Amino acid sequence: MDYGFTMAAYAVATVLFVLSLGGLSNQEKAKRAVWYGIIGMTVAVGATMVGPGSGLWILSLVLIALGGIVGWQLATRVQMTEMPELVAIMHSLVGLAAVLVGINAHLEIGRVAEAFASAALPFPQPAGPMSTQAYDLWLGMTDFAMIIGKKTAVEVTILRIELMLGIWIGAVTFTGSIIAYGKLAGRINSAPLQLPGGHMLNAAAAVLSVVFAGLYLAYAENSVAAILMLLVLTALALFIGYHLIMGIGGADMPVVVSMLNSYSGWAAAAIGFSLGNELLIVVGALVGSSGAILSYIMCKAMNRSFVSVILGGFGGTTGPAAEIEGEQIAINADGVATALNEADSVVIVPGYGMAVAQAQQSVSELTRKLRAKGKNVRFAIHPVAGRLPGHMNVLLAEAKVPYDIVLEMDEINDDFPDTDVVIVIGSNDIVNPAAQDDPNSPIAGMPVLEVWKAKQVFVSKRGAGTGYSGIENPLFFKENTRMFYGDAKASVDSLLPLIE
Amino acid sequence: MKIGAPKEVYEGEARVALTPDSAQQLRKLGHECLIQAGAGERAGITDDAYREAGIEVVADAAALFDGADIVIKVREPQMDEVQRLREGQTLISFFWPAQNEELLNAAAARKATVIAMDMVPRISRAQKMDALSSMANIAGYRAVIEAGNNFGRFFTGQVTAAGKVPPARVLVVGAGVAGLAAIGTSTALGAITLAFDVRPEVAEQIESMGAEFVYLDFEEEAQDGASTGGYAAPSSPEFREKQLEKFRELAPDIDIVITTALIPGRPAPKLWTEDMVRMMKPGSVIVDLAAEKGGNCDLTVPNERIVSDNGVVVVGYTDFPSRMATQSSMLYATNIRHMLTDLTPEKDGVINHNMEDDVIRGATVTHAGEVTYPPPPPKVQAIAAKPKEKKKEPTAEEKRAAEVNAFAAETKRQVALLAIAGGAVMAVGLVAPESFMRNFIIFVLAVFVGFQVIWNVSHSLHTPLMAVTNAISSIIILGALMQIGSTSGLITVLAAAGILMAAVNIFGGFMVTRRMLAMFQKS
Repeated sequence: MDYGFTMAAYAVATVLFVLSLGGLSNQEKAKRAVWYGIIGMTVAVGATMVGPGSGLWILSLVLIALGGIVGWQLATRVQMTEMPELVAIMHSLVGLAAVLVGINAHLEIGRVAEAFASAALPFPQPAGPMSTQAYDLWLGMTDFAMIIGKKTAVEVTILRIELMLGIWIGAVTFTGSIIAYGKLAGRINSAPLQLPGGHMLNAAAAVLSVVFAGLYLAYAENSVAAILMLLVLTALALFIGYHLIMGIGGADMPVVVSMLNSYSGWAAAAIGFSLGNELLIVVGALVGSSGAILSYIMCKAMNRSFVSVILGGFGGTTGPAAEIEGEQIAINADGVATALNEADSVVIVPGYGMAVAQAQQSVSELTRKLRAKGKNVRFAIHPVAGRLPGHMNVLLAEAKVPYDIVLEMDEINDDFPDTDVVIVIGSNDIVNPAAQDDPNSPIAGMPVLEVWKAKQVFVSKRGAGTGYSGIENPLFFKENTRMFYGDAKASVDSLLPLIE
Repeated sequence: MKIGAPKEVYEGEARVALTPDSAQQLRKLGHECLIQAGAGERAGITDDAYREAGIEVVADAAALFDGADIVIKVREPQMDEVQRLREGQTLISFFWPAQNEELLNAAAARKATVIAMDMVPRISRAQKMDALSSMANIAGYRAVIEAGNNFGRFFTGQVTAAGKVPPARVLVVGAGVAGLAAIGTSTALGAITLAFDVRPEVAEQIESMGAEFVYLDFEEEAQDGASTGGYAAPSSPEFREKQLEKFRELAPDIDIVITTALIPGRPAPKLWTEDMVRMMKPGSVIVDLAAEKGGNCDLTVPNERIVSDNGVVVVGYTDFPSRMATQSSMLYATNIRHMLTDLTPEKDGVINHNMEDDVIRGATVTHAGEVTYPPPPPKVQAIAAKPKEKKKEPTAEEKRAAEVNAFAAETKRQVALLAIAGGAVMAVGLVAPESFMRNFIIFVLAVFVGFQVIWNVSHSLHTPLMAVTNAISSIIILGALMQIGSTSGLITVLAAAGILMAAVNIFGGFMVTRRMLAMFQKS
């Protein structure tokens, strides 16, 4: 079929993809928007397969079906608490696919160069109309090769730069996502870990990448040296992805995952440039900017610059943290239940601890019971609660907590002084008053949920001690705070029969 | 220790400082109680009732003062009563040390200890012995009852077969304890109640009692209630003018006015002037709870009920608590009992006059031959903590200027960014061929659209957003599809692997997004 038809289909797909992302502005529209995305993808794949350049239809369809079955299984089996891991591992697939497609593009250039060379014709062709001989050769090529074949010298160089970028970003995404997956799934220690040399190693690898990129361009397209250079470059990128993400702590994973999300988009866009495929460019750019915005929002929610997150660890402390006075006072389920029975307004602040303990169903049940008694129960979600942007919302939705009582930080922060009881379940830094009170605190200036302004605060926590970031939390020592030690799920379950 | 309550000598005083109930509680502290014959008569407590409770009834005041180690009274003592005190004896009663310097010195000269119930500091711990509040509460209630007694109509509005009755409109001036009690009583009776106070922070309390707060449109530093121990302070002349203007506006429609405005250590402010009385309808009632300090109303005559020329009744009684002697004796005796509880920490009948204790120190006005009034400021801050200084509201012009500045700065930044980015792109364009730039335009536009679209995504949908972008980013499958038809075997194999991986992602990503979104439910 004609190239024009494919382009038209791409235009339709582009519009559908934009609508699909834009529809996520609200829960109801989102359900419709996913279908736009699915249809967009079907149109794009279908148009490409009937369009120029592709062959082996049956094989392609079988592969897509196979991949579909695997993806389907993954998607239906995954627990909602494991969502961050799933998203991370899927990013790695996109990264790897980008690497493969990029290497293929290089091989194709090599083959075209070979073909011209064996016909004793120059490659790339000089500017101006092709000679008849070259034209005949060119007509006999497959479609992608045809695109390459008519390129001028400058265009071929740009093409090689583009595919290098695609491979490089794809490789960083690949290993980075695997490490992020390992950290989120608990298979790799979530503490920041670096090889001796730290960021100097990353910097060295980056410099070497530039050197090898130059060497790659210097060698002829079809030479063995060029492919070697490309492989070295890929290895360097794989190392950077691995080492960079290893050096970032578990608490910063929301930023990392959205950053990798962004990278997978940029990799697709770079590949799109080298293949001359407009839809790849457009969609890659959409995904890339989406991930970039998410990273920005996450960083802002932690009051840290993107660079400081990527370089790992908390930095910028200017002095010793303020001394904390007082002691943590424990309370049992009876005490918490009594307070809940007496309260009119309750706010629940969930954190990663709730996800770890799989306590969302119990929390939902507690909410249902309290609401049945006419109490005003709401949830306060900090932007970086959990390990993925919006992680808590998804968990609560899974447990059938209505989304209209799940509020963002800005929506609920002013209401805490009028709240009778706040229950903090498995969150720590996002409710740390030191962020506002103690300029020397490592998280000073980070926007936090001001739970301490409520009349009573109960903190459900596994035991006394600091959280992921290792920062002491003065909230636990406040007069109106009581510590409700124990596994979050067991703790909430023990409350349920006491609410009458 | 023996605790004795003499009969009040002040003319018309009906209250008594000891009741059979409080005596029983005092006995638990290890004390014995005495009472002068006939002391409780006017409060409705007979001598026999006291005897039944095991209280010794003595014939006269002389015998009581001799027999008791601690004398408890209601009214401040008369000079002859002070003369009866002996060294080491303790007197607990209202005393008003600021106004009764002579009595104070006389008591100190006799080396008696005097605890003034009116000097109990206003802190939470001392509320149970705050006799001023308990008496003010009764006064506020009684003021409304007195007003109703003199008012010829219902408080509540009624629609009856015999015609429609409008509800009475009541204005309470001053929302202290007495004012709030009056508001509560008045609204309970069904009247439409308005209330005014110079302290804007009490608006909430007024509204919680069911009255409407009368707001003054006046810009002034709000009075800081904490610095004056929760009492009102004198207001500026301009403020007073504004206040009177408001009252004049209200006066014609008001049926009952209850004024309770007092400023510690000063004569009562004149708030209800003669012309306001003249504006009121005949049959209206003014009850002036500040009559003892000269009254808030111009026409008030202390201890009397008068009728103005236009038929407005002005009640200037000063003995409202005494008019409900049974109730007020009960509450006052309980206040006294709490004071004695604090003085007997061991519950062994031995008084421990601890001058380190904020409450006891504050209430003690003479001790061991010394005048100990005025007390040092209490260690515990009275009332609530000082509210934070409010930031000055910027004026409209300042706001506007700030907006303009911010806008200009933003424009500058945006223009600079655009210039740099535009320059960089054009620099690339100088070397890059046209085919590249064609794609580049598409890329830039797509990034721009992406930014515009993603900003609108709801926070709670960030996880679905990541899942769906993940699915969409497998558009890389197009690249692999284009390459799989190549004649080179290696390329085909690599492309096939790429297709497989991207397909996993497409199906997985979209499926999981749908699963997540299906879970979001509205309540």
